[in-house]
Amino acid sequence: MQFLANPARFLRIANALLPWLALITIGLFASGLYYAFLASPPDYQQGDSVRIMYIHVPAAWMALMSYASLAVFALMLLVWKHPLADVLARSAAPIGAGFTLIALVTGSLWGRPTWGTWWAWGDARLTSVLVLFFFYLGHMALTHAFDDATRGARAAAVLALVGVVNLPVVKFSVDWWSTLHQPASISRIGGSAIDPSMLTPLLLMAGAFLGYFLCLLILRARAELARRKLRVLQLLAAERG
Amino acid sequence: MNGFALLLVRDLRLALRRPADAAVAVAFFVVGACLFPFGIGSESQLLARIAPGVLWAVALLASLLPLERLFLAEAEDGALDRLALSPHGLMSLVLAKACAQWLVVGLPLLIASPLVALLLNMDVNGYGALLAALLLGTPTLVLIGTVAAALSTGARRGGVLLALLALPLDLPVLIFGAAAVQAALVGDPIGAYLQVLAGLLLGALVLTPIAGAAALKLALE
Repeated sequence: MQFLANPARFLRIANALLPWLALITIGLFASGLYYAFLASPPDYQQGDSVRIMYIHVPAAWMALMSYASLAVFALMLLVWKHPLADVLARSAAPIGAGFTLIALVTGSLWGRPTWGTWWAWGDARLTSVLVLFFFYLGHMALTHAFDDATRGARAAAVLALVGVVNLPVVKFSVDWWSTLHQPASISRIGGSAIDPSMLTPLLLMAGAFLGYFLCLLILRARAELARRKLRVLQLLAAERG
Repeated sequence: MNGFALLLVRDLRLALRRPADAAVAVAFFVVGACLFPFGIGSESQLLARIAPGVLWAVALLASLLPLERLFLAEAEDGALDRLALSPHGLMSLVLAKACAQWLVVGLPLLIASPLVALLLNMDVNGYGALLAALLLGTPTLVLIGTVAAALSTGARRGGVLLALLALPLDLPVLIFGAAAVQAALVGDPIGAYLQVLAGLLLGALVLTPIAGAAALKLALE
């Protein structure tokens, strides 16, 4: 972690990593989408609408993963004052919010034919993911709410850590309150409950989403670092008159 | 007298000199709840059914209203720096601020709630549960709001931001508070809901001073 504290070094490594990461992501997306839409069987109950799951489930996983990484960046910022943590948190929050929105929208699209409703307020998983989305929004709003950028980053980091209380609620909501949303079927005691023909596209898509997240994170962090450099140069130019 | 009590008495004295600030929150509570009969219509049965939820939602918003300026005066005139350096520490400041805020705003809301329940046509057997749930729930709302106020101190558009930060965290209180009243209205036992509300309050009492003090420390840098 200390090794990456130098932004130039981070950029060098990130730039070297990015093409490979992008290639792997494209490969995973291509194979995952092929399996998801063409090579996997329709569900015996849900029919073809089960294919929404290959987008929905990875997006929901990534929504949680992004928030967890946001909390780690927040901790890095507050405890070690790591110079890159602010850049990474700033870059990760909108991506995580995007994943959360995708999970909410695809879940709603899937719920309409399957449960007969777009949205169920009584379901704990749905509402807790909505709260997760609100936390992302609050984080982004707080980051940009101060004239002093470091102050905004620190305040948002405190909020990100406070919001961690919601993560176990999202994860275990289906076990604590068994309402509409089905409980976990992949990582559970006694092995997965999903047929391999459906598990393969799901895991491929999950890998693709993770790669996509990392690619976007690097791109956004790179843009943020460039923006800061530009700002310093502008200030210097203004000083010289 | 220890630091907590000193700060509490100071805040209460300041609030008593400007009683209008607390009165505004209560007025918002009553007027805000009255919007619903105007919007929905005077169908008394429908109003009675949505009364617990409306009461809780409006009480939540009213408790956020006066929080915007909670730490602003101290942050601007430099008192916050002195308080941070004092042996009492920022945690007792956060706790004292929250206590004073509850006494000045939360308690009047509690007292005004039967009136609003009456306006919304709520059944009489829900009143006890409403008061008990508000008694346990409003302190949690104020504690969470204090953290949000500390985080947004010095921000542009602090008030709106504060609401955006506090509302997601307030949801559990809203859910269990309204559920307690609903249960009482249909004659179910409410003990479990009150226990959850008490648990949330105890958790908030432990965690919010830590988060609030951390947030205030950022405002000082």
